[in-house]
Amino acid sequence: MPIRKFAVPSSEAEIPDFLNAIVLLANFVVIPATAYGAQLALGALGVTLVYSVLRFANFAHGDLMAFGTAATILIVWLFQGWGVSLAPLPTAILALPLGMIITCLLALGTDRFVYRFYRHQRSPAIVFVMVSVGVMFIYNALTRFLIGVDDRRFEDGERFIVTVIGFREATGLDQGLALRTSQVLTVIVMVLVTTAVFWFLRSTRTGKSMRAYSDNEDLALLSGINPDRVVLVTWMLAASLATIAGVLYGLDKSFRPFTYFQILLPIFAAAIVGGIGQPFGAVAGGFIIAFSEVALTYAWRGFLTHILPPDLIPAGLVQILSVEYKFAVSFLILVIVLLVRPTGIIRGRVF
Amino acid sequence: MIRVEDLHMHFGGIRAVDGVSFAICSGTITGLIGPNGAGKSTLFNVIAGHHQPTSGRVFLGEEEITGLPPHELFHRGLLRTFQIAHEFPTLTVRENLMMVPPDQPGESLWSAWFHPGRVRAREAEVGTRAEEVMDFLEIGHLADEPAGNLSGGQKKLLELGRTMMVDARIVFLDEVGAGVNRTLLRTIGDAIRRLNKERGYTFCMIEHDMDFIGDLCDPVIVMAEGRILTEGPPDTVMADEAVIEAYLGKGGGQRPPRPVHRAPA
Repeated sequence: MPIRKFAVPSSEAEIPDFLNAIVLLANFVVIPATAYGAQLALGALGVTLVYSVLRFANFAHGDLMAFGTAATILIVWLFQGWGVSLAPLPTAILALPLGMIITCLLALGTDRFVYRFYRHQRSPAIVFVMVSVGVMFIYNALTRFLIGVDDRRFEDGERFIVTVIGFREATGLDQGLALRTSQVLTVIVMVLVTTAVFWFLRSTRTGKSMRAYSDNEDLALLSGINPDRVVLVTWMLAASLATIAGVLYGLDKSFRPFTYFQILLPIFAAAIVGGIGQPFGAVAGGFIIAFSEVALTYAWRGFLTHILPPDLIPAGLVQILSVEYKFAVSFLILVIVLLVRPTGIIRGRVF
Repeated sequence: MIRVEDLHMHFGGIRAVDGVSFAICSGTITGLIGPNGAGKSTLFNVIAGHHQPTSGRVFLGEEEITGLPPHELFHRGLLRTFQIAHEFPTLTVRENLMMVPPDQPGESLWSAWFHPGRVRAREAEVGTRAEEVMDFLEIGHLADEPAGNLSGGQKKLLELGRTMMVDARIVFLDEVGAGVNRTLLRTIGDAIRRLNKERGYTFCMIEHDMDFIGDLCDPVIVMAEGRILTEGPPDTVMADEAVIEAYLGKGGGQRPPRPVHRAPA
């Protein structure tokens, strides 16, 4: 039996085998899903903020992310040309604030020339949604015009914190573990940014104005809240979050404008699973979607060979869905949540 | 203070406000009464900028304010409360009150970053005022409660409190006493009277509770079917034949048909 060669039948091999299984799981499921989840969470946070304050589902968010990333990549190239770097960290971290500013300007310009008109008309939400679809196409074209449609890798600096070979040598286990700089960076940035956003919404006057505006727009107009300023800050937050999410995603994987249009679905799914309009829910939703997606498209056979007795090891790959169907997972979760718990996991009012 | 000239508000064929003219003098508490459907709330909504009137003009002081949006009116010192209390449900009572004063430096990102001292000073000032308002209305114990958890009556007090956070020139109260128990109603009434006497607030209030009106208001304006029936001191008005008829409905069909008013272009 060819399977035999994977499993060591002796009893003293059992403990390292269990460790091997854990390492394998961490390497192929936990670490990638955590990084991906953090990226989705940042994206979903932006979608949820726009939804709760401006009251529409912003379809252009994915392409806003693409634009922000493209702008950041151009600045990275500029910096690289000048020889400026932040080694061992990727240059993108240095370029990110500038990319955020450019993306903010784009979002504010869009609001000034597109959304503001409909806001003053007091158009229904569906009109805003359709307008945002139009904006999405324009952003998409703008991004392709700016940087082209090709795959771009812009990760530089030290790529790995832990390499597969280094890990194997250090631990003596069969399975290797890789920990990439971009993955660690993603999680750190995500924790810092979400904490800052939550603190901002909870404690600052502007954040409270945003919550007030989202709670009761009519009353907000009858208070000392400046509605234009609330809208401005919301767009700036959404654009900054979109750029951060987009750049982290691009660092972790690669940048292609069309991919950013595709991840709109998992991002929307994350926002809805978390209860749309709930910032905390958006973050939780991001991780739920990411873990489900990775777990359902992962071939579990390697993991099972480590923990099951040799006779029970299945012959197939034990992969529930092939990787091409990964976006179907978001769709599936979306449908289930809408059927079973349409309010999302976190109930209650917006914010 | 407020002058309304021949105001019309038509919804399709319904003449909710049909040629109303009146004036509210500075320093008074004016009552606006009338049977359901008389057009009182519509009149409020037009004055407060929620509806564009079909025709007619509204003045605040010497300035024409017809059709200005609510937040512009707020900046001119015209405040209103709602028949069904509005609040920011997820913000605490204190935060609800602190939201009211306009142009706080903390709202601008620039000041928030570069003038934190000024932001803190203003925040403290607004906070002190909120404390005073809560003491005045005896809702200090609810300061850190999310406003969504308050009872209907407490929300009405909060609404009144909101109007006290700025130096209002005139406050429109839409059924501030509706659905409020007697004790709380007395608190609200006392607050209104004290605001009027001590701080010179002008009030105009829609109310159904005749004792409450008779106690607080002078003069009283009576509306019926979109028009002003009569106005004057509460005793005279409530003894008026036409008012009793409008309330008790001595057969609305017997009224002579009104000539059709054309809105002047």
